[in-house]
Amino acid sequence: MALIGRALLIMALGTAVCGIGASIYGARTGMREWVDAGRRSVYALAALATIAFAILEDAFWRNDFSFNVVANHSSTTTPAFYKLAAAWSSQEGSLLLWVFLLSLWSSLILFLVRKRAREITPYATTVLLGFAAFFTSLAAFWANPFTTSANPPAEGLGLDPLLLHPTMMIHPPMLYSGYTLLTIPFAFAVGALITGRLGAEWIALTRRFALAAWLFLGIGILLGALWSYTELGWGGYWAWDPVENAALMPWLCITAFIHSVMIQEKRGMLKVWNVSLVLAAGTLSILGTFLVRSGILDSIHAFGASTLGVPFVILLAVMVLGSIGLIVWRRDQLRSDARLESLLSREAVFLLQNLVLVGMVFVIFWVTFFPLISEALTGTKVSVGPPAFTPFIVPLALILVALSGIGPIIAWRRVTVANLRRSFALPVTAGLVTFFVLLFWPGGPSSRPFALIMFALGGFVLTSVAQELWRGVAARRATTHEVVPLATVRLVRRNRRRYGGYTVHAGLAILLVGVAASSSFQHSSDVILKPGQSAHVDGYAIRYVRPTESLSSQKIAFGAVLDVTKGGKHVTTVTTVRNFYPSQNPSDGLIGKFFDTSQADSQVGLDQNLSRNIWTVINVDPTPLAPLINKGNNVFAAYAPQVMTKAAKLPPDQAQAAMNGLWAERDLAVSEIARRFVTHPWPTEFLLIVDPLVIWIWLGALIMGIGGLIALWPVPSFARRRVQVASPARPAAPPPPVPVREPV
Amino acid sequence: MQVVEYLVIFTILFAVVAFVSAPVRRALVARGADHADDSTLADLEAARDAKYRELRDADLDHRTGKLSDADYEELDQTLRGEAIAIMHDIDRATIERQ
Repeated sequence: MALIGRALLIMALGTAVCGIGASIYGARTGMREWVDAGRRSVYALAALATIAFAILEDAFWRNDFSFNVVANHSSTTTPAFYKLAAAWSSQEGSLLLWVFLLSLWSSLILFLVRKRAREITPYATTVLLGFAAFFTSLAAFWANPFTTSANPPAEGLGLDPLLLHPTMMIHPPMLYSGYTLLTIPFAFAVGALITGRLGAEWIALTRRFALAAWLFLGIGILLGALWSYTELGWGGYWAWDPVENAALMPWLCITAFIHSVMIQEKRGMLKVWNVSLVLAAGTLSILGTFLVRSGILDSIHAFGASTLGVPFVILLAVMVLGSIGLIVWRRDQLRSDARLESLLSREAVFLLQNLVLVGMVFVIFWVTFFPLISEALTGTKVSVGPPAFTPFIVPLALILVALSGIGPIIAWRRVTVANLRRSFALPVTAGLVTFFVLLFWPGGPSSRPFALIMFALGGFVLTSVAQELWRGVAARRATTHEVVPLATVRLVRRNRRRYGGYTVHAGLAILLVGVAASSSFQHSSDVILKPGQSAHVDGYAIRYVRPTESLSSQKIAFGAVLDVTKGGKHVTTVTTVRNFYPSQNPSDGLIGKFFDTSQADSQVGLDQNLSRNIWTVINVDPTPLAPLINKGNNVFAAYAPQVMTKAAKLPPDQAQAAMNGLWAERDLAVSEIARRFVTHPWPTEFLLIVDPLVIWIWLGALIMGIGGLIALWPVPSFARRRVQVASPARPAAPPPPVPVREPV
Repeated sequence: MQVVEYLVIFTILFAVVAFVSAPVRRALVARGADHADDSTLADLEAARDAKYRELRDADLDHRTGKLSDADYEELDQTLRGEAIAIMHDIDRATIERQ
């Protein structure tokens, strides 16, 4: 099957190159058949990539260690659930995943627009196939997932323990879906610039894909945060890691685009800005992939550190220089059709929000790449770390939340002061009440001004969104007399973009309130406890009740049962575990390989409710076992070669039995040594954290996702929806079919 | 086993070539593809949809109290005028295309 896989990659590359040629020829000559052939190349590429990816997944599923990638990233003991995900933990598999997802999304958009945008589409197809050719050539010639070994090992190295987490099944495909979806608006923007067709069409075609990219990338970022919180054992959900930032930057860019594109749709303004945002988001999506795959910046995520840097840098240079060149070339056609009528308008708010978002991108980019910039300028790599982000990002986030409350309650074009007062009265009051109540609340957040302002702004945003929804429902009920739930559903259904967006704003406010609370009022304690001892964190007494230990073919798990009380009353009991996976380092020895701290991950003990999380993690240091481990290593270092030499002279079945006996004795020794964690417990390190409102981060993100889905859900086009009120014979019928007044 | 694999590879290759080249081969047999330029029309239709959305948004803004009656009347008239202009452009583009 590896041979077929390799052939499929070559065929995919050939198909992409032929498709590029056909598309360009079709675009230049206006011959539809060549454009169609180019589009079909994308479909064919999708089929080839799907088969290739299926072959790779099948190899992981069957533990086919003749595939080098399977031998290096999976093992017979890897749980079936994770075997399928192991494919994209590797450099090779993730490149193939990129091609697979890109070809699927490209096929979808090209199928949807097959009879539209006939000038733009061939160039967009060329760009999409260009990306496909780039990643396919990397997969075919630099990091081929179908390379095999003539002498495959009996057992694989296994999956990186840090990736043994349910979110890791979904996190990478979500991020890659976001990245690949971002190439679609990028490709159509390039097509629009090349052809000079910079009207409303290319935006109408790709807006939904931009929204889908926003949604997928958002889900990917959220799952990454959840993984960090529950797997990495440091107690946080966001570390400003380069790869996290690389996903956040295009997300912020596309968030800005989703808002500013509405101004272009309505007013014909901000054409340069919008096309720049789309091109920047597309470029940043490639940059994100580059950061994960190049290992150029130190990151917990840089699993595939390799030599792919040069091709990526060339691609990024082409994208950046090409984008700038195209915009400069078309600068006359990108002039705005209208001007901002008033600073008191939704357009003005969107513009300011765009500046804030782009400001955030700039800060994140600058600080993330500062080590490289400093190295280029001074020869020394200076890492500035997370504290460098806070002074810039926190004020910008506050402004962003304020704008997300102002946007829904301000009208397009212009507003009068009287209307402004009427719309703002209740939300501003809610914000001020929240502010003053919390300011004077005993033990409240008055000592943390940024958090206090964020809570007040949260109150403002939620009230403004609720007020908007209620007013919409009331307006609908005035004409339909429907009951409130029905009127709400129908109102949202008829105005999905608007109310989907408002839902996202409410979710964002909730999420950032959770972030402000959990980062400002976290109480943590790093303690060393013996069974029976307690530590106190934020009024909670956390007692180390007893150690636990379990052994399986995959890992040794050292854990602790912790009892949490407050004021003498039982609150909860949590269990935290430190898993040790067998290392493949021969210097660890036959026994020591099971106790290698570099092959360990954490399972946090978590109790969460709406007001606070109690987060605990055990960090077992196996040093007290070192004498026994060393003794075991010595015994088996002498004993194992004898058994192996004898076994080599025996018939295969007897040799296997002899080796099984050896491994059984080794497992018994490991079990006995591990058991001492329970029978002779030693003082163990714990990180104990009490964090308020963390769950609201996940709930806020969930609400944002629901809002995104509402906005993304297809609506019938206006042309079709208006058919009942429009005259079909337009040339002969002067009354234009503009909308009549009807229920909102 | 390798023979079977080569057979599969050549079958896939043949299928891909046949599928991708089908439009070009068909065109060689019977020319007369539609080369009409409908991009202007598509742009105008997208602009019309956006204008409809803007009209509905203004209506909803008015009904939810964000726009005063006077502002709404003026804005609605402006938007309807713009929508009518786009419709006329669409009509012209449709006639030119025919």
